[in-house]
Amino acid sequence: MSDTQAAQKKEEWVPAGDLQEVKDPEWLFNEAPREQIFITGSEAAREAIRRSNVDIAISYPITPQSETMQQCGYLYDEGYIKEYYRGEEEIGVMSALGGSSRAGVRSLTATSGPGLMRGMEAISSWPGARTPLVLLNMCRVINTPLAIQPDNIEISFLLNTGILHAHAENQQDFYDYSIAAFLVSEEVDVTLPAVVSVDGFFVTHARGNVKLWDEKYKIPPRDGWRSAVPAMDNENPPARISRDAPIQKSNFISYHMHASWQQEVFAAVERSAKYWRKYIGDLIEVVNPDAEEFFVTSGSAVSQAREAVRQEGEKGRNVGLIKVKTTRPWPKLELIAALKNCKRILVPEFNQAGWFHKELCSTMYGHINAEIIGGPRVYGGMTMPTEMLLEWLADTRKKAGEKI
Amino acid sequence: MSFETIRPSPGYEDILPIEYQDLIKHGQYGRDVKVTEMGKFKELIEEHPMCAGCAMTLFIRLTMIALPNPEHTINVGTAGCGRLAISQANIPFIYGNYGDTNSVASGLKRGLEIRFPNTPKDVVVMAGDGGLIDIGFQGLMHSWFRKERFTTIMLDNEVYGNTGGQESGMTMQGKVLKMAPRGKITEKIDALGLARVAGCAYIARIAPTNPARVVRTVRRAILIAREIGPTYIQAYTSCNIEYAIPTPEVMQDAFDVEKERYGFHEEMTDEAKEYITRIEKEAKQKSKA
Ligand SMILES: Cc1ncc(C[n+]2csc(CCOP(=O)(O)OP(=O)(O)O)c2C)c(N)n1
Ligand code: SF4
Repeated sequence: MSDTQAAQKKEEWVPAGDLQEVKDPEWLFNEAPREQIFITGSEAAREAIRRSNVDIAISYPITPQSETMQQCGYLYDEGYIKEYYRGEEEIGVMSALGGSSRAGVRSLTATSGPGLMRGMEAISSWPGARTPLVLLNMCRVINTPLAIQPDNIEISFLLNTGILHAHAENQQDFYDYSIAAFLVSEEVDVTLPAVVSVDGFFVTHARGNVKLWDEKYKIPPRDGWRSAVPAMDNENPPARISRDAPIQKSNFISYHMHASWQQEVFAAVERSAKYWRKYIGDLIEVVNPDAEEFFVTSGSAVSQAREAVRQEGEKGRNVGLIKVKTTRPWPKLELIAALKNCKRILVPEFNQAGWFHKELCSTMYGHINAEIIGGPRVYGGMTMPTEMLLEWLADTRKKAGEKI
Repeated sequence: MSFETIRPSPGYEDILPIEYQDLIKHGQYGRDVKVTEMGKFKELIEEHPMCAGCAMTLFIRLTMIALPNPEHTINVGTAGCGRLAISQANIPFIYGNYGDTNSVASGLKRGLEIRFPNTPKDVVVMAGDGGLIDIGFQGLMHSWFRKERFTTIMLDNEVYGNTGGQESGMTMQGKVLKMAPRGKITEKIDALGLARVAGCAYIARIAPTNPARVVRTVRRAILIAREIGPTYIQAYTSCNIEYAIPTPEVMQDAFDVEKERYGFHEEMTDEAKEYITRIEKEAKQKSKA
């Protein structure tokens, strides 16, 4: 039997997705019984996709992401995803996703560092085209010399595009945030693409405990008729202003029009906060709220800081931690409230540029009195040992003339 | 979208713009229009900001007349002169990034097939030669290799018109243009040959000298793409500005170039031939009856 024959479906085949039951997402997130299993981040992504009622997934391989979109292939084969193909490369994939989302169907892809950069022109156009879709981003070094190691510098390129962005700390977050991302991105008053990033290898290839709801349940399908702009399906009476940014009407769109279009995109990012909260709770998690020293960060750096905070606690020192779950929307007000009484903040990061530190400084300026220290930072694939965080804490205390 | 979706509810006709009313009463929806009827029906596109006398606009206008099912058509375009007119049509128009047309159309077409399994939605890509053969080459070729079921129309003016006259892959060898100060070094790319190798179901080369033939060619390409596989039309649509063709001579240039090197050419797979012969016969019988 040839490979093709082996892969062919018998007539009586029923797609596995058809046997799943659609459930209310809030019930699924907040009440449905969950079973805990020990899986990798890529497997957590697969389980999230299985339950996300995805219409089309378009893939292209890149380490450390490949595993996830391969798994999507199997999910398609089983009938959890309706359409699937390997695209020509990332700019083609990201463009095609813009096309499928405009058709009004739930669309998914995943990539890593260089793939994200290659697809960037298309990716940065998704928000303006108001295309709800989900991109899973397994972070990886982007710069020469070539490396496949974890490093999340690529997130900095997404921050000012108008894309929703959540940064998962661990396998559990990756599962929850990915499903939530579809729901949030398709809300009428949002209608924006969403990226869920996770630090490559540390999460994608390592195992962790993940609590999942039963695979017989899935979230409701995307409703192509519910959207801030009509789908490109030719089901609406013709209008002189097409849904794509009216820039197409001439080479020189009115700058007022373009400006207001951009304002609306960024306002929609803010409006998404209330929907994220429905599924993933507060946009920040605060540990030891009354501490005077805080670690504030996102992604895998949170796990490392968590351990440092625990060890400090054992020594009787109260150090705080804030995990930022979504960097777009950026939870500015929550952060100001949580940090207003603290005196020192350390921002550990897995990248050289310190995008998180810059973000925090620029939004906290004038609102809090704490010193905001950029570091420690590791990059190019380095790990961040807890000792490093503890040393930084000790150093900053020493510099301030405090007890270590 | 059925005609009923477009038709205003009774009592509301008068408050709609006159153009909209004309579209309902005298438009192309729900019937096949002929080129000979031009001027007697409301066309899908009537105004545009392109240069006076531009041959591309004539071709685009004819393409709109040719659409076999405008109520279920989505046009996909990109940066370049053509979109300035295509976007004015009463057909949803996706204006993506430069060169992304065939990737966008692949996702769009597959998405529409998921959402409307029982309603064929025609996707038509119309883009410049630079947009397809240079920056969009990879997406173009792969959409053909994947046998994506939509039509690609190259508006081949043999130059980057919209950015002011640089050479493209479709420019003739030796032609002096911007960015080719000593004349274009390489040959005009054989896009028709590439379409053949990639397995397009229907391929045509055409100049806008015979409007009825343009309409028939576009209609065939769209119908074959709907049922069988990718189709490709390469249309000579001169750029009178960058090639300094005086406006009154644009059509003469089209006739000359057609005669010299751009003669009408049509080829299709056996499957496409069998299909189009059958449906054209059926249509003829229906119109006689
Ligand atoms: C990524 C990117 N690169 C370059 C451009 C600039 N650009 C816009 S239109 C155009 C030329 C269009 O030429 P062609 O596709 O042949 O269409 P024409 O204008 O001749 O109809 C170029 C180079 C762009 N918009 N985007
Ligand atoms: S620049 Fe050339 S192709 Fe573009 S509108 Fe003018 S004449 Fe037509």
